[in-house]
Amino acid sequence: MKDGSETSSLAEPLLDVRGVTLQYKTAARIVTATHRVSFAVYPADRFVLLGPSGCGKSSLLKAVAGYLDPVEGEFHLRGRRIREPGPDRMMVFQEFDQLLPWKTVLDNVMFPLLATRRLKRSEARARAQAYIEKVGLATFADAYPHTLSGGMKQRVAIARGMAMEPEILLMDEPFAALDALTRRTMQDELLRLWDDTRFTVLFVTHSINEAIKIGNRILLLSPHPGQVRAEMDSLPRESPDAAALLGLERHIHDLLFA
Amino acid sequence: MNTMLTTPPARPNVEHQVVAFTDADLIERPIPAWERIWNQGWVRKAVLLVLLAAIWEAYARYLDDDLLFPTFSDTIDAFAANVANGVLPARALASIKVLLMGYAAGAALATVLSVLAINVRIGNDLLETLTSMLNPLPAIALLPLALLWFGLGNGSLVFVLIHSVLWVVALNMHAGFRGVSPTLRMVGRNYGLRGLRYVAAILIPAAFPSILTGLKVGWAFAWRTLIAAELVFGVSSGAGGLGWFIFENKNQLEIPSVFAGLLSVILIGLAVENLVFRTLESRTVRRWGMQH
Repeated sequence: MKDGSETSSLAEPLLDVRGVTLQYKTAARIVTATHRVSFAVYPADRFVLLGPSGCGKSSLLKAVAGYLDPVEGEFHLRGRRIREPGPDRMMVFQEFDQLLPWKTVLDNVMFPLLATRRLKRSEARARAQAYIEKVGLATFADAYPHTLSGGMKQRVAIARGMAMEPEILLMDEPFAALDALTRRTMQDELLRLWDDTRFTVLFVTHSINEAIKIGNRILLLSPHPGQVRAEMDSLPRESPDAAALLGLERHIHDLLFA
Repeated sequence: MNTMLTTPPARPNVEHQVVAFTDADLIERPIPAWERIWNQGWVRKAVLLVLLAAIWEAYARYLDDDLLFPTFSDTIDAFAANVANGVLPARALASIKVLLMGYAAGAALATVLSVLAINVRIGNDLLETLTSMLNPLPAIALLPLALLWFGLGNGSLVFVLIHSVLWVVALNMHAGFRGVSPTLRMVGRNYGLRGLRYVAAILIPAAFPSILTGLKVGWAFAWRTLIAAELVFGVSSGAGGLGWFIFENKNQLEIPSVFAGLLSVILIGLAVENLVFRTLESRTVRRWGMQH
């Protein structure tokens, strides 16, 4: 009730998720991934879906992307119902194999711009180069993906997502497969990019620490099936108060596992 | 034995200065010339070919029977003579022309079938049923039927060629499509690609290693079928191919020429494998890091 009165005073949400139940059909049975999950993402939100494995956070993200149809509830992006995948919601996957191996870095970033016929070749090239520069890979523009490290591949995927300037960027544990040091650098870079362009991002992670660092808003999901446990503000980025950080981490931990 | 648990010794924290290297400090050892030459694939293969030719020559001389097994040098003489008088190039050209027609048609049909199979379930059933039925059927077995339907001409040759190429290419292409990683599929759909654009922009490049294998095997099958078919019903539409050349010379007991005909088949096979397919491979799947 209280949530309803709060959101009504706000502007129209960018992404509106209302009572979504997701189910997977395996050969033997039907598995419920999430149960009546609702939340709203506003422009320039760094909205984090946080929960242990099995809470359906990745399924939720795939459903927002349009790969998965809910059995109950609806997704609305700027008031339009989401029914299929589309370039207004660019995905950044966890897997390193998300880049097309037969295209160079530049071509990979240009390709969705051309495939959607959004820009002409010369404009697409200019924009792709700008975003490749933003992620610090200008010297690798002509390299093929297999010659890049994991962190560089993820940077290209992020540049590719951002170059499309989508309504919302969907990130499915994009740094989970990276080593700890690279992960920290990538988190800082993502925040720096956000400072630059203020894009909206829906970010899935299972790391409490990453959620607090990346997000301004955190949705906690309980496991089997995923249900909303809490939705809360993260800590302000400017004041890395160690005590507050520890307190929030413990609080989230208690909410998820108590 | 010491009953106490061993603990590692306490050590102080230390810091080291990193030495800056310049290019001049980096030690580089040049690779010896012979090793560089031996590292070239074509050199190694050429050595193997020379070795095989030497064994052939030695065995043929030992046997000393021109009718059964002419020497390498006789074969080369016959080959040079037949190239010089223009017979062999004309025959090879005739064969290659028919071969390319059948091969292209077979590969195109295979693409249609595989695309259908990956998009619709009934297409998948169709492809699986057709390949399991027709793939084991030797193309030569269809030849009598083809002659009945299309007569003595290139039509029946093209028909059996399509049969020999279609199923193996379709099988490999379909397996390749099915092996495309789910992430890449989702990436393609994320861009809003669908239908033929999705197939052309995502599925075909992603499945290219398998497609290439299919095309290579299909090429070999096509050659075998063509030569065999020409041997069986010989001259068609005036100008026979290499198979007919071999058959003709056997009848005239020109055994070195028979070997020269076989040699041309081998040479064309080597050329296509090493020039066409190798180039295609290095420009695509190797460059993309899909094959090493």
